[in-house]
Amino acid sequence: MEPNATNGAVIEFRDVVYVLPNGQLLLRGLNLQVQRGETLVLLGRSGSGKTTSLKLINRLLKPSGGEVRVDGADTAKSDVIRLRRSIGYVIQDIGLFPHLTVARNIGLVPRIEGWNSDRIDVRVAELLQLVGLDGDVASRYPHQLSGGQRQRVGVARALAADPSIMLMDEPFGALDALTRDQLQREFLALQRRLNKTVVFVTHDLREALRLGTRIALMEAGQLVTVLSPQDFLQSSDPLAAAYVQAFGEGLNSVATRGTE
Amino acid sequence: MNVIHFFAQHREEILELTLEHLWLVGVSTLLAVALGIPLGILSAHWPVWNKPVLGSANIIQTIPSLALFGFLLPVPWIGARADRLAILALTLYALLPVIRNTYTGIRGVDPSVVEAGRGMGLTGQQLLFQVELPLAVSVILSGVRVAVVVSVGLATIAAAIGAGGLGEFIFRGLAMVNNQLILAGAIPAAVLALSADFGLGWLERRLQPQ
Repeated sequence: MEPNATNGAVIEFRDVVYVLPNGQLLLRGLNLQVQRGETLVLLGRSGSGKTTSLKLINRLLKPSGGEVRVDGADTAKSDVIRLRRSIGYVIQDIGLFPHLTVARNIGLVPRIEGWNSDRIDVRVAELLQLVGLDGDVASRYPHQLSGGQRQRVGVARALAADPSIMLMDEPFGALDALTRDQLQREFLALQRRLNKTVVFVTHDLREALRLGTRIALMEAGQLVTVLSPQDFLQSSDPLAAAYVQAFGEGLNSVATRGTE
Repeated sequence: MNVIHFFAQHREEILELTLEHLWLVGVSTLLAVALGIPLGILSAHWPVWNKPVLGSANIIQTIPSLALFGFLLPVPWIGARADRLAILALTLYALLPVIRNTYTGIRGVDPSVVEAGRGMGLTGQQLLFQVELPLAVSVILSGVRVAVVVSVGLATIAAAIGAGGLGEFIFRGLAMVNNQLILAGAIPAAVLALSADFGLGWLERRLQPQ
């Protein structure tokens, strides 16, 4: 699935700069477009600016310079609450509300949006099924779930109000290898059905190659290059090559998506 | 034996002073909660307020109680009646534990939970009432518990300025060198403090998030 230029960019960074109050430059002039329905992976090491970029999309951070556009509108001028509710957000620590049951966690935004309780119940059941969880999980509390189950609930919660954009910040980073593999597989299956626009942050090249339709490689607050998984493996860019080298053999079999 | 006899004889007076005592502690605790929780939220959310708010509450705490009663005497409306004065002083003392625990409770909420809530598009108010306060409630309550227990003891001193309460027995007993009188004030006060401690502790455990 090659990103189609006529669809237009759903998310667009225009010369975005982000500076911490202490003067540290985290993002130095980022230009990047995310197309509808693609899974763009932001790949880079800690401190490269990938999480910062992600948080600029739902305005958890405000750009110090330049602009971030979502669906054609400058986020600085949008209603921030509406903006965030139209974007699903999944983080590594998940951040499930410990005092609410799984059902209440997933149904929180719909409830705030004024859905009636029947509609919320139906939606919660639908979402639990979608992320591969039993219906009886609904009445449990987060501390009664395994790590993999929690992350599934996190994804279900982010999908609750049916956002067209999903932001995922190393969502599988804290899971054991087997669970991570399973969730990555489910992510791909889910993505084939839902076709959301996804921005996915990771430092794991294997995960980037497997899940991404395009990979944006970042380093020290700058975008190095944006490549399809196949091109990434062949890239002559020294940093991309260094990644490929570091992750070693067998990467070719992983990079499947850009050709679907 | 003598003490029991004395208690039986002065049942009504003991009951009356206990109720007075409860009134002083109850009203001042409510005021301290009504004032302290918003101040705690303020200092947890806006770090600029942290030092002035907690600092002032700390300083108040260091003023000896009798001196505080004296300081408040010239305050208009307040100084006109002993019970108002006592309630204000008790409120000021109760503020610190309430503010401090509200602050600690809110700051103690897992940052990833707050970030997830913000990222989902909760407004500041929704985040406060549906996430932060429910998660901080048991810590806040333990502050209220400390405030109540301290107030029950402190309120006995309010009798020194004529505000009533169980301190009346204690001061009378001290003046007359009568242990029975002192115990008639001290025992009900201790019972009040212990039951408040137990009751609020129970509530605290009930409301503790899993």
